[in-house]
Parts: sequence; C-alpha cells; structure tokens
Amino acid sequence: MDIVLTLSFRSIRLHGLRSILATLGIIIGVVAIASMGMMGANLDQLVTSQLSSLGNVLVVRAYTGPATGFEGLGGGGGGGGASSTLTSANFQTIQRVAEKYGTVYFLYTTNDIITIKGDEGFATIYGMTPESISKIFTLRNGTFPRTTGSAVIGPSLADRWDLKVGDHIKIGSAESSQETIRVAGILEPRGLSVDLNSDNAIIAPDKWYTNFYGGEGQYNQVNVAVTDIKDIQAANDAINNSLNHRKNVVSIFDSSRLLSTITSAIGSITAFVMAIAAISLLVAAVAIFNVMMMSVTERTHEIGILRSIGTQRKEIRKMFLYESLILGVIGAFIGAALSLLIGYTVVLLLVGNTEFFFTLQSFLPIGEAILVGILVTVLSGAYPAWKASNLNPIEALRAE
Amino acid sequence: MSNRPVIELDDVSKIYPLPSGNVVALDHLSLQIQEGEFVAIMGPSGSGKSTLLNQIGCLDVPTSGSVLIDGKNIGEMDDKDLTELRLSTIGYIFQNFNLIPLLNAYENVEYPYLMKYRKPDDSGKVTGLLQQVGIDPSLASHKPSELSGGQQQRVAIARSLVNDPKILLCDEPTGNLDSKTGGQIMEMINDLNRRGNTVIVVTHDMAVAGFAHRRINLQDGRIV
Repeated sequence: MDIVLTLSFRSIRLHGLRSILATLGIIIGVVAIASMGMMGANLDQLVTSQLSSLGNVLVVRAYTGPATGFEGLGGGGGGGGASSTLTSANFQTIQRVAEKYGTVYFLYTTNDIITIKGDEGFATIYGMTPESISKIFTLRNGTFPRTTGSAVIGPSLADRWDLKVGDHIKIGSAESSQETIRVAGILEPRGLSVDLNSDNAIIAPDKWYTNFYGGEGQYNQVNVAVTDIKDIQAANDAINNSLNHRKNVVSIFDSSRLLSTITSAIGSITAFVMAIAAISLLVAAVAIFNVMMMSVTERTHEIGILRSIGTQRKEIRKMFLYESLILGVIGAFIGAALSLLIGYTVVLLLVGNTEFFFTLQSFLPIGEAILVGILVTVLSGAYPAWKASNLNPIEALRAE
Repeated sequence: MSNRPVIELDDVSKIYPLPSGNVVALDHLSLQIQEGEFVAIMGPSGSGKSTLLNQIGCLDVPTSGSVLIDGKNIGEMDDKDLTELRLSTIGYIFQNFNLIPLLNAYENVEYPYLMKYRKPDDSGKVTGLLQQVGIDPSLASHKPSELSGGQQQRVAIARSLVNDPKILLCDEPTGNLDSKTGGQIMEMINDLNRRGNTVIVVTHDMAVAGFAHRRINLQDGRIV
C-alpha cells in the first residue's frame, strides 16, 4: 500500500473514537438524504403507476363554471347554474372531431345504495355502452355484460363484499326503487384515475342505467382515450374549437397535465425534504473539518519531520485528503447499507407501499447520497490539507 | 577528504523581521566545507547555529548572499526542488530523533527511499542499514515509542543514509542520550565520515566536537 495512504489509515486508527464520531455524522447524513430520496422516488413511482395508464385521457364535462383544475378526480358533475350533463349532440360533435385520435365514449354516473347478501353499502354506478365497457376495461374473471341485467364490478368492491361471478347486487334503496343486477365479470384493478374510478364501482350497460335512473342522452361525462399521447393537445384543441368557440359549453380536463402536476409537486417535496436532510450532512462536514484541523494541529511536528526528510507538499496534502476521503468513503458506504434498511422502513411507514422499492429509481438516491457524502468530506478536508502542506518545515519541527 | 567544496556559503545573511525590529541570525557569513570533511559547529544559544544548519539543510533560504549545496544555489530553487535536494543529497539526524510515530522502525528507514524511488526496497538495503546501525531484526517491526533513545537514534541514522546522501547534518545527535550510547552513536557517525560522507555536527559537547576535523565557532551570526 502507498506509504502516504498507510499513514492516513494509521492516523485514523490511532484516533479511533474521534474518527468513529466523525464518520457517524456522515452515516447519519447519508442515511437521511438517501431515505428521504427513496421515499420521494417510491411515492413518485407509485403515483405515476396509478395514474399513468390513464394519463392519456381527455375528460369532457358540461361547463359549469371556471375550472378548479381537479374536478376530474371527483366523479360526477358539479353544481352551478349551467346544465351539468352533456347532450347527445355534444357527444356526437366530440366523436366527430376526436375519433381520429382515439376512443371516444360517454358515461352516466351516480352514487347509490347497494344491498349485497342483506348488507347495505354505497357504490358508484356507471352506465356505458357494452362496446365501450369491453374496450376500456380488462377482466380479471367472468365475462363482459351480455344482457342488460348484468354488470361488471371493480375488484375492490368484489373483494370487500366477497362477490363472485353470478352473485346478485340490489341497487337503490328499498324505500324508493330497487333493482337487482347480476355480476357478469370482475375487472382488473385500474387504480385511482381521472376519467373513471372503476375499482369500487358497478359498470352497467347504458340501457339498464337509463331504464333505472332515466336521463337518456344526458351524459355526465365523455372521455377521449387518446392512442398516442402526443396527440392529446391536438384532440383537446379540436374539441375546444368545435364546442367552445362562442361560449363555454364544455370543460376539458387533460389527465396528463394532472399527472405532471402531481409528479412535479412530489419532486418539489422530495427536494425539500432532501435539502432538510442535507443539513445533517452539513453538520457532519463541520465535524470532519474539525477532526482534520485537530489532526493537522496534533501532527504539526510530524509534518515538520516529513518535510525535512524530503516529503513534497503534495504528499502532505494527499495524506490529509486521504484521511478525510477514508472517513467519507467508510461513512458513506455504511450509510448506504443502512439506507436500505431505514429507507425501506420509511417507505413502508410514510408511503405505505414497497412495490417499487427494489427499482433503479428507488436506489438512485443512495448513489447520490454516497457521492454527496464523499464530496462533502473531501471538501471539508481540503482546507486542513492545504494548511498542513503549507506549514513552514522549520516552524513545524519546533512544534511539540 | 577531497578539495571539492560540497557546501559553499558566500556572504550569507539571514534576517528575521519582527515587530520589535529585525533579528540578524546570520551576519555576512562565508564558509566552505569540502567533500568528506567532518565539521563541528559550536557556539552559545542564539549564536545562529540552527539557522546555519537550516540553510545547509535546505529548510530555509538566505535573505542575502548565496548558499551552494553540491554546486546548486538554493536561493534560486523553488520548494519542490529544495525538497528534492533534501531527499537525495542530505541526511538529517536530530537531537530528539524525530522518527515518524505512526511507522515502525523498518518503515521509518524505508520512508525516504519510497519518496525517492516510488517503490518498496526489494534489494534488502533497509534491512542491511538496520543491521549496520546495530538494530536487531526483531526490533524492525517496533514503533518508535517501543524503542529506547539509543535505538531510536540508530534507526534515525539508518533513515538518514537510505538514499546515499553526500551530506549528513547532525543537530546535537547525542543530546538526548547517555554518555555511553552517545559515544557509540558518535563512533557510528565518525565511521560514516570515514566512508566518505561529509558530516556537519551542531553541538555544545566538546567530546562530540572532538571527532571533527574542523570546528567553527559562531557568535551573533558570525564565525569567530
């Protein structure tokens, strides 16, 4: 081993406790930064996965007032003086101008009481054409509805009520009107989305829906599932130009914009918490600087000896830079190893889902934290190393 | 001893500017030391002995005048070249041994060799030098703190010789040793001189000065 590196290692070993304490600071800093980064990365991936499959959807509703930007998530139209439903003519116009960009379909929606095996609950009921249902959804088991008296249901609803294909659900309250529908199929999970939330819903054929609730041709929403996400703006413009040119008839919500807003917000929050975590690394940097300055002061006489017997300044500089680098590398890698454990716990507790923990994006903050940790220690050691190398050999030799 | 001067000081002054006024440590001092000579520098405290040794040892440069070490003017050299000269041409033996506490005896001797050749000694030179100065091989792995004063000074002598320097500078080499060990160390230094090394010893001790071919007495930075 290089003799200068040997001297650095032995100096660290000689001052074991001091070195451990300085390293501990780096460990804490790296763990804090990596864990926060991992939390952000996992949150980002989770939200993206839950929303991105639906990120290419335009949600068109009747214009009821200035947009809040998040009405797409709510399901069901808002209040206001204007009509809260779209007409058949509106739908046909949308279909005409947007069909070339992807699938255009309407849906009716309401929330209603449901009764399953004698127990009452609440669910969202969608009404869609059987063609739209089979195009938009994927089945976990069963079939798509073939008769008006059957429906597909979301997986959360099925799991919660222990529903199987062939079971029956009563929709509506016993006091007013109630109708039974048969479960034809259970859908694959679709997650939270802006166009429709099917996981906890009953999706029935439109004919059944309008027979039971009325309002035929008064759609709550029209969705455009754009085939190529690059066309989303063009589709948006086409609908806007054809329906909103004189007055606002429809409001159009671009789901990709919500996704980018959310991921950007998560990115900002992650950067903020990582910056707070970085303060601990700053404290560690001060500790390393202090340790290195103490080392230079204590070893002034030794530096004098080394210089007097022919050690170049750059070798002295290297000796102290190696010392801080060793502390940094040891601290950063121990911190990185601990980050796996602590990061996993943080993700589990704060995000509540570790599905994306073992991914490159999730581990990237560990690499960043290692680099920052090492860089901080080397920078902290730079001035003490420079000071040591510039000591006057005669004065250094006199020091005791 | 040859007639070729290995150390030449011509009208050398060293002045330390202090807030209370300039301190003249060396005052227009001229001196020649021939290759293979054994010179003792003597004088009371503050007479300029250490300053002179620092000039010859390339640890400092003069305020005025010229210092030539093996024909090279140290006043015209930068820190890198001065360090290189210390490494290759000069061997330093200190009163308090000045071994590197983090290295064992073998590593202390090998250190200047590593600095000069950038590779470990595989020729057995370090082991040979330790034997030559009377260090038992079992002590080679001992740290300086585990050695006696005499043993430390022997290791320091071995270290000073590892790069085959022309000049040996000894600053009170027996100052921290008992008289018997001191005598042995001086015999060793004298032997090195007999083999061709130029030796300059700074001392207060007349017995040490007794080994020298020539004594230089300093007072107030001048040769008297």
